[in-house]
Amino acid sequence: MLPAAREKETHHHEVPDEWFKPKEKDEQQAESVVRPSLSYWQDAWRRLKKNKLAMSGFFFLVFLGIMAVFGPILSPHSVSEQVLSNQNQSPSVTHWFGTDDLGRDVFTRTWYGARISLFVGLMAAFIDFFIGVTYGGISGYKGGRTDNVMMRIIEILYGLPYLLVVILLLVVMGPSLLTIIIALTVTGWVGMARIVRGQVLQIKHNEFVLASQSFGAKTKRIIRKNLLPNTMGPIIVQMTLTVPTAIFAEAFLSFLGLGIQSPFASWGVMANDALGTILSGHWWRLFFPAFFISATMFAFNVLGDGLQDALDPKLRR
Amino acid sequence: MDKILDIKDLHVSFVTYGGEVQAVRGVNLELYKGETLAIVGESGCGKSVTANSIMKLIPSPPGKIKHGSIHFKGKDMTKLSNKEVRKIRGVDISMIFQDPMTALNPTLTIGDQLTEGIKQHRKISAKQANHHAIDMLKLVGIPNPDERMKQYPHQFSGGMRQRIVIAMALICEPELLIADEPTTALDVTIQAQILQLFQKIQRETGVSIILITHDLGIVAKVANRIAVMYAGKVIETGTRQEIFYHPNHPYTQGLLNSVPRLDQKGERLIPIDGTPPDLFAPPEGCPFTARCPKAMEVCSRIYPFQTELSQTHAVECWLQDERAKKYIASS
Amino acid sequence: MAKYIIKRFALMVITVLIIATLTFFLMNLLPGSPLNEERSTNEAVQQNLEAHFNLDEPLIVQYVLYLKSIATLDFGPSIKQPTETVNSLLSRGFPISAELGIWTILTAVISGIALGVFAALKHNGLIDYIAMTVAVLGISVPNFVLATLLIQELAVNRDFFPAATWSSPAHMVLPILALATGPMAIIARLTRSSMLETLTQDYIKTARAKGLSPVKVIIKHALRNALMPVVTILGTLMAGILTGTFVIEKIFAIPGMGKYFVDSINQRDYPVIMGTTVFYSAFLVFMLFLVDIAYGLLDPRIKLHDEGGG
Repeated sequence: MLPAAREKETHHHEVPDEWFKPKEKDEQQAESVVRPSLSYWQDAWRRLKKNKLAMSGFFFLVFLGIMAVFGPILSPHSVSEQVLSNQNQSPSVTHWFGTDDLGRDVFTRTWYGARISLFVGLMAAFIDFFIGVTYGGISGYKGGRTDNVMMRIIEILYGLPYLLVVILLLVVMGPSLLTIIIALTVTGWVGMARIVRGQVLQIKHNEFVLASQSFGAKTKRIIRKNLLPNTMGPIIVQMTLTVPTAIFAEAFLSFLGLGIQSPFASWGVMANDALGTILSGHWWRLFFPAFFISATMFAFNVLGDGLQDALDPKLRR
Repeated sequence: MDKILDIKDLHVSFVTYGGEVQAVRGVNLELYKGETLAIVGESGCGKSVTANSIMKLIPSPPGKIKHGSIHFKGKDMTKLSNKEVRKIRGVDISMIFQDPMTALNPTLTIGDQLTEGIKQHRKISAKQANHHAIDMLKLVGIPNPDERMKQYPHQFSGGMRQRIVIAMALICEPELLIADEPTTALDVTIQAQILQLFQKIQRETGVSIILITHDLGIVAKVANRIAVMYAGKVIETGTRQEIFYHPNHPYTQGLLNSVPRLDQKGERLIPIDGTPPDLFAPPEGCPFTARCPKAMEVCSRIYPFQTELSQTHAVECWLQDERAKKYIASS
Repeated sequence: MAKYIIKRFALMVITVLIIATLTFFLMNLLPGSPLNEERSTNEAVQQNLEAHFNLDEPLIVQYVLYLKSIATLDFGPSIKQPTETVNSLLSRGFPISAELGIWTILTAVISGIALGVFAALKHNGLIDYIAMTVAVLGISVPNFVLATLLIQELAVNRDFFPAATWSSPAHMVLPILALATGPMAIIARLTRSSMLETLTQDYIKTARAKGLSPVKVIIKHALRNALMPVVTILGTLMAGILTGTFVIEKIFAIPGMGKYFVDSINQRDYPVIMGTTVFYSAFLVFMLFLVDIAYGLLDPRIKLHDEGGG
């Protein structure tokens, strides 16, 4: 009836007799089989490091940050220096990325452009973060009618076409670094507020918060140990995706003639100025700003994806 | 009695980032016509993986049957092509999953989901298939089956959904029904109803059932035979009476001590300390050693061989060795 | 369902109202706009402006009359071209833009879904890797750069397609390609992740356990559920495609609404900017409304949600 018993191997009978003495129960032993546990951030970092694409995005952005600060120093040419005899020079030993139609050095301007594009992107992300966390936090934390009213407002703002509102504001205010950042954030924070509210609501009633409260954990500890790791994940991911969206939007606005104007230029403005000249063969004028816009977008996107995978506790295996 | 399923030395592994998880490590099981076999164990002991392997439903990659055979009515499932296995799935062997809330597709009607299996496997008209599905709904006790065929899963309660899932599994009159934790997600009263339904179906159709559960209360009600699994191995098998009244493995004893029993009033419940071992690197000897109250030196070094206690009862434990019995008797 | 539609409709009306109000007050309150001071030198233009915006009335009356004109689909005059109105520009430009937009959406949705499903089924394989790299690249390159590159490579260097205007199917290939790449990439990524999640669901296991063929499991059980999130972002994608037409129509010299809009921004033709913005917003909000209804029809659970008072 039974599955055939395995043949009794001879060495079973060679086992020393004393091995059959009952063991003293070792309290530690049952515990020792548990795997060492990693903290949330350690675990997330370990997972992120394994994602080669995300890490290459991360290192590219670090490189970009360094070059935005120090890049212009590497070049002997200043950002607005115009040498009319040097118009539209292809890349050479003196002008590494060539020159534009006013004889300005594209290498120097590219890194100045990096400063402006990154500044716009980061500022947009941080302002979104502050408004979004405040608004979403209050809405989620207060709940009830406050939450209801606040969410209705968000629902309506969410329905407004983002870029059309931005265009409208810039047409009226006139394009400048400040107005572009304002226009990009006027409705941009809504997405962040929604995420924060959702997280706060979810966590407020979560069992583990109740559990740690009932264990007598201090509020600070609850926030640090439970609330923060669980809300920060989606917020960080959202921020990594806001930066490239803002840079992209700024490039789009440049196309409409609503970008940041001279003496400095964002990548978007540089690329746009170059659009007409590509047919005359001045490829470097479009290539460098367009390459850096695309590469930055790419880097932020793969880093954001990587962070999402690394930070989402639900997907943890 | 006819043997319809015979699993021999089954090894199943999952290859993950962290390495190879040996989820099932040499399982032997058999099943006879018309009986109910319960596979019992803690979560992660390999009972679901064993069940999924029978129909080759383990996700691959990362899962893989490394070794062993699964003979269903004489055919080795592990050697069949995917196409041949599909002809068996839903026809000869059916499966019911744990959560009835997610086991039904939310965007398709009940009728559609009930009939698609039989339409796939048999040459029958849509009308006949519908007729058949309505009969099945009646069998599992769904009122107004004609109307309910047109409804969507969200319009049913959890217990009703599990009845529908069962009807779906039975529609092609399979010989073997595998139920993976079929009542875990349900209320206690609904659980009892579903268990009664299983018994009724078995009486009426003669189907063999493999019931996977961690709940010994369910086992006591419906199982003819029980296999207790721990860390990817079957450590004790026997009839219901043998397992409940003469458990020989310390783990089985621990399991029974940790559930309330109506026949032994007033006894304290004793939980089993500790957690099961990591199957990334399973221990050399008996995997239960670290948690075993009767552990000996030999347990952590060599895996015990099988001892047959009766025609139907077998256990894998060093306590069966004469030398161990000698020491216990002397102390 | 009826309640759901009414709620969505009300939201739509409010959104359009807010846009209209925003444009009106921005144009009226800020210095330098033609509505709050008499700046135009052209007599006819000034008359048009005064007639449309009722500039001699008090502000609040102007506002009410302005809303009324929008409700009757009268979007106002142009100050740079006295013979034109927003309505005349719309009637000429919108059909062309709509044609470009519809082809773009079809291209993006079909190829994006195909790419995403394929990538999910070959999860972590070479095809998945290539498809997702292509998708991220598609998201990363601004469409004006892509359009310029396409013209340079496929129209100028190799004479495969005409470089500009909108007069034959061959003329449509490059603009549609340039405009569809971004949305396609977004759809592909979303489809892939949603498909991967769907494939782990129990009802997929149930379907496989019934002995259905893999193709049937994927098409009947997985795809429909996996595509729900794609339907929800269609509204946002349409907004993206619409703003994309500004760029693409300008670059390819397509005489659509987008080109007129960009021209009006460059010339600071304020009434046209206002009128077009309101029209575009109303159009988009209406599209979002349609998408919501479509979603409600596709997902049987929405109805129950509504009965529950949500």
